[in-house]
Amino acid sequence: MIISTIAFYLFAAMTIASAFMVISAKNPVHSVLYLILAFFNSAALFVLLGAEFLAMILVVVYVGAVAVLFLFVVMMLDINFAELRQGFLQYLPIGGLVGIILLIELILVVSGWVLSPEALDVSSQVAPLTSGLTNTEQLGQIIYTDYAYLFQIAGMILLVAMIGAIVLTNRKRAGVRKQNIATQVYRRPEESMAVRKVEPGQGV
Amino acid sequence: MAEFWDFYLLPALIIVGQILLIVVPLLVAVAYLTLYERKVMAVMQLRKGPNVVGPFGLLQPIADGAKLFFKETVVPTGANKVLFLLAPMVTFILSLIAWAVIPFDEGMVLADINVGGLYLFAISSLGVYGIIVAGWASNSRYPFLGALRSAAQMVSYEVSIGFVIVTVLLCAGTLNLSGIVLSQKGDLGLLNWWFIPLFPMFIIFFVSILAETNRHPFDLPEAEAELVAGYQTEYSSMAFALFFLGEYANMILMSGICTILFLGGWLPPADWAIFTWIPGVIWFGIKIAILLFVFIWVRATLPRYRYDQLMRLGWKVFLPFSLLWVVVTAGFLVYFDKIPA
Repeated sequence: MIISTIAFYLFAAMTIASAFMVISAKNPVHSVLYLILAFFNSAALFVLLGAEFLAMILVVVYVGAVAVLFLFVVMMLDINFAELRQGFLQYLPIGGLVGIILLIELILVVSGWVLSPEALDVSSQVAPLTSGLTNTEQLGQIIYTDYAYLFQIAGMILLVAMIGAIVLTNRKRAGVRKQNIATQVYRRPEESMAVRKVEPGQGV
Repeated sequence: MAEFWDFYLLPALIIVGQILLIVVPLLVAVAYLTLYERKVMAVMQLRKGPNVVGPFGLLQPIADGAKLFFKETVVPTGANKVLFLLAPMVTFILSLIAWAVIPFDEGMVLADINVGGLYLFAISSLGVYGIIVAGWASNSRYPFLGALRSAAQMVSYEVSIGFVIVTVLLCAGTLNLSGIVLSQKGDLGLLNWWFIPLFPMFIIFFVSILAETNRHPFDLPEAEAELVAGYQTEYSSMAFALFFLGEYANMILMSGICTILFLGGWLPPADWAIFTWIPGVIWFGIKIAILLFVFIWVRATLPRYRYDQLMRLGWKVFLPFSLLWVVVTAGFLVYFDKIPA
């Protein structure tokens, strides 16, 4: 028990510290690396909660895929970050305002303010968990059985977003030399090679 | 004080002992894999291979290790020192921690977790960081190009690896690696293993792990003709050795995963007495050694892929095919009511 408490405070502190470093690090590549550290610590917190499936998915999706793309883009971009930082004080009030609103909302949720009895009913209706199953199976039942249609709709929205992104950024470029693999595979030496006897002083 | 010893210190010591029992033989295996590779390649190319240090060159890996150890670690000017030294460590550590969930025999596993398959997938998808950070921190052109190539390549092939794992999971009905091996147990021995019903996926998985470990014919990140040595260009001494060890440990790890998913893990190929006498660990080792032989065989035989061909193979051939095969497998299981409980 003591160990898990110590582990919780360690991981929680690390998450907050690395999240702070994400926004305060000078070098954007360092920011992304701190972001990855934050993801890892949140995954560890999930493990402490007994949600090992969510922990692994967090690492696979965010660290293994999303953060790699972030790192990719940040490394390739050539932005003058000192220039970007100049507007910091100018945007501080509005950023602070957003932060305060978020904080107030969180306090409202956590302190259990109830606006109407119906709202209380809704918030207490958590999806029932079948005991005796691992959390992977429980999640699978809830997502793919109970809420299969909602899940399908979410998938369709993501698909539309993906196709939209491809359509918006895809442009036909002239003069690109592409290899047609089928043609390449069907090539035979007789069609593409000729052996000639070259007479001295005459050339082909 | 006695309570502290019983509940915290003793279990911790036992776990450390188990970790050493896995890591030390693994590092020896890595050292001798380099010799295995050189010897096998030499035979394939009608040479003798290393034969000077020790009998049959058996001490060659130790000599190589000692040589690397006594070299000077050079950190280039302009390199990001912390990240430059962190990158090889990340590669090496990631290649070791995945072994925590690998079952060597029935019950012979450090952490028998429920989501073992996902854990392995997560760890193998992190391998790209060591390389990309190394390329960036070197502050040099060739390593950076090599790192970018490698990142793109590993991300592309992970997708089809994920789908292959999903197919096996559908058939096995569990994410636990021991469970996956036990699902291949049956009267038919070898014919019960998943590589028979899922043969196309077995091939895709093997080709994808070649790409994932940056081995021939997909070794574009370190294509010496174009990129000097890719992301390793600026590394020397132990930092280089860590990359090297990491790469070879990853080869063994990926062969191990392939063995667990498709070749029945520790199970003997037939239920005959002479086979069942041999312990499961030995069978597991033999299967890994066979897959590693294929790794080396491919290296000695095939020329390197061109970058666009590599991307085409990953995204336009493997991804649609493995996606289709997931749907076909799932449909088959549902239609014939064969979904494992």
